[in-house]
Amino acid sequence: MKQEYIISAYSENHIGLLNRITIIFTRRKVNIESLTVSESALAGISKFTIVVNEEKEKVVNIVKQIEKLIEVLKAFYHTNDEMIFQEIALYKVPTQALMDSDQIEKMIRSHNARILEITKEYTVIEKTGHKEETQALFDGLNQFGVLQFIRSGRIAITRSPIERLSEFLRERDALFAKMEAKIK
Amino acid sequence: MTTKNEKIKNNPKETVEMSGSEAMVRSLVAEGVDTIFGYPGGAIMPIYDALYDFGHAVKHVLVRHEQGAVHAAQGYARVSGKVGVCFATSGPGATNLITGIADAMIDSTPLVCITGQVTSGLLGTDAFQESDVIGISMPVTKWNYQITSAEEIPDAIAKAFYIASTGRPGPVLLDITKDAQFAKLNFAYEKCTKIRSYVPEFPTDKKHLKKAADLINGAKKPYLIYGQGILLSGAEKELLHFIEKTGIPAASTLLGISALDSNHPLNMGMLGMHGNYAPNIKTNECDVLIAIGMRFDDRVTGNIHTYAKQAKVIHIEIDPAEIDKNIKTEVAILGDAKHTLRLLTTLLDEKKHTEWVNEFLQARQKEEEKVIINDLQPSKPGLTMGEVVRLSTNLTDNQAVIVTDVGQNQMAAARYARFSTSRSWVTSGGLGTMGFGLPAAIGAKFGAPEKEVILFAGDGGIQMTVQELGTISQEKLPVKIVILNNDFLGMVRQWQELFFEKRYSFTEITSPDFVKLAAAYGIPGATVSDRNDLEPALKCMIEADGPYLLEVKIEQEDNIFPMIPAGATVSRCLLGTDEL
Repeated sequence: MKQEYIISAYSENHIGLLNRITIIFTRRKVNIESLTVSESALAGISKFTIVVNEEKEKVVNIVKQIEKLIEVLKAFYHTNDEMIFQEIALYKVPTQALMDSDQIEKMIRSHNARILEITKEYTVIEKTGHKEETQALFDGLNQFGVLQFIRSGRIAITRSPIERLSEFLRERDALFAKMEAKIK
Repeated sequence: MTTKNEKIKNNPKETVEMSGSEAMVRSLVAEGVDTIFGYPGGAIMPIYDALYDFGHAVKHVLVRHEQGAVHAAQGYARVSGKVGVCFATSGPGATNLITGIADAMIDSTPLVCITGQVTSGLLGTDAFQESDVIGISMPVTKWNYQITSAEEIPDAIAKAFYIASTGRPGPVLLDITKDAQFAKLNFAYEKCTKIRSYVPEFPTDKKHLKKAADLINGAKKPYLIYGQGILLSGAEKELLHFIEKTGIPAASTLLGISALDSNHPLNMGMLGMHGNYAPNIKTNECDVLIAIGMRFDDRVTGNIHTYAKQAKVIHIEIDPAEIDKNIKTEVAILGDAKHTLRLLTTLLDEKKHTEWVNEFLQARQKEEEKVIINDLQPSKPGLTMGEVVRLSTNLTDNQAVIVTDVGQNQMAAARYARFSTSRSWVTSGGLGTMGFGLPAAIGAKFGAPEKEVILFAGDGGIQMTVQELGTISQEKLPVKIVILNNDFLGMVRQWQELFFEKRYSFTEITSPDFVKLAAAYGIPGATVSDRNDLEPALKCMIEADGPYLLEVKIEQEDNIFPMIPAGATVSRCLLGTDEL
């Protein structure tokens, strides 16, 4: 059964790695629903967060193939329930619409959104949340005409108390130490 | 005054100033490279210029097409166990390597391919002979990297060899811009021994080992299948010890051939679509299936939904991504085959599975009567591929390195060649690359100069890379070439006969006079079509000091059996057209 999975991968920050990762999906004709790449808490290590709608077996195979890449440290997959995740959205609406009624102001309050910038012509609103939430605000605002809209890829952290990467790096150090000891 | 060579030799840690090109060649020498297959061109000229001074340390073989260079490097790697190295220039030179790199990727062959690239300032401008070889080669390399400054060269080479040769081996490509080849650097070489993000091999899990041992010790009908992992990890002795201690019958994948003596009483032959009858049907009758260093390729498993469902599967494999990829396992042991087998064998009981082995032998007898006898002692006048192959290995005491092209010639060679030494079988398995054979045979001869190297190719495949006769001629390389000529693209014709109502769509192929063609290259040769002439002709070929080409006109419409139709279960291993 297909469902949404969040794939997280930690890697060295090297040129071309994004390409190496995406061709693993392309080759299996799996569409990437959302993709975010940025530096992790550890300098020099990038974190990829990739959302796909796929069968579990395929996701497991993809995660193993990602992990097989030389510069990838570790890859995980999770269902939405197992993670806390957010997306950010920006909306540009005509300032005149805010002046004409209090409906937009009410919407901003009820959606926990905020205003980033106001000019004579337009106002920029920001909202973070799940896709359905940012979409709900879009649908509301669009009654007044949304001039521009952008939604980010997903970012996510696990519900477990510790960063899995730190745990993993400790394990890897131990593994290398063990293997070196074996060679000696 | 001390020379540069002495200075480097005496103080390996101290740096010496030199060009990127010289550093490149010195790095290769430091990795123990003694043979390079390549073809020069604009963007790699500085490296070729540096190579000019290293004739004493490195043999460069000029091929006739870059595809020849990469297949030769594969042949060299497969027989020698070393990393194969090839050079090509930018653009078309680099793109011509791709087929061979893809072949090496799917067959886990360690290669370092070095391509020239336009000057870094021109990258992305569609410069003359610029192609995005990093992008193009990404899906078919274990790792690739573009070098744009001379300082990066020693580390990049060290990393390339480490990655290519460790863990599950594979091809690596380094693309080096022309300005990096010209620029100076302070050179010192240090081998790579560790990369933080890369674990070539995991330590053996003792619990899994114990679980596997319990399953094997309790099995009534255990069956071992092995692949190239045995050869890659050098586990031939460990495999032998394992089967002799446990009495378990064993069969090989196409790429595992030569890891175990063909005549060993527990060697049941080859698995797969055109493998032997017993190894295929017994897969669905065993109770414990022990798979070592193989990846359950679809040509081995047939329909995976009906594959070994009755058996508990133990998978010993170095690549974690192969575990449970195609066949779900009961126990998986990560690690290299040699180490794992050694540990596992100590936990196993000494046994003889006489009745179970007899079941294999009965099945073998069935194949013997319906297929093998017709191939090896044919009653019809036309020569068979099988008899040519078997006679050739008989005449070389099963010691020759056998190289094949792809198709019927390959399957006949896999089925009928006999081997008593490991790493003496070179074929394109996963990718099935026609044209692989002739250049791979060149590489194999450089990799094992003391051995007889015999190539079996069809009349189709040989014509895909036939220009490499020029390389053989220039090197006076004693490669023995047997062309099994049936005037057809035989394997496709066989499928057309069996599955497309004999509609022979574009599979009739004409050939040049191969003996005259060889003569034009200064290579002696002969043609045979009569059984009485076959043995003397093969002897003449084997006794020749230099290269030799023997064209054997064989029966035109022979088929390779047994055969498991594509997508069918391994139990449906057909012994002839009448069983279709």
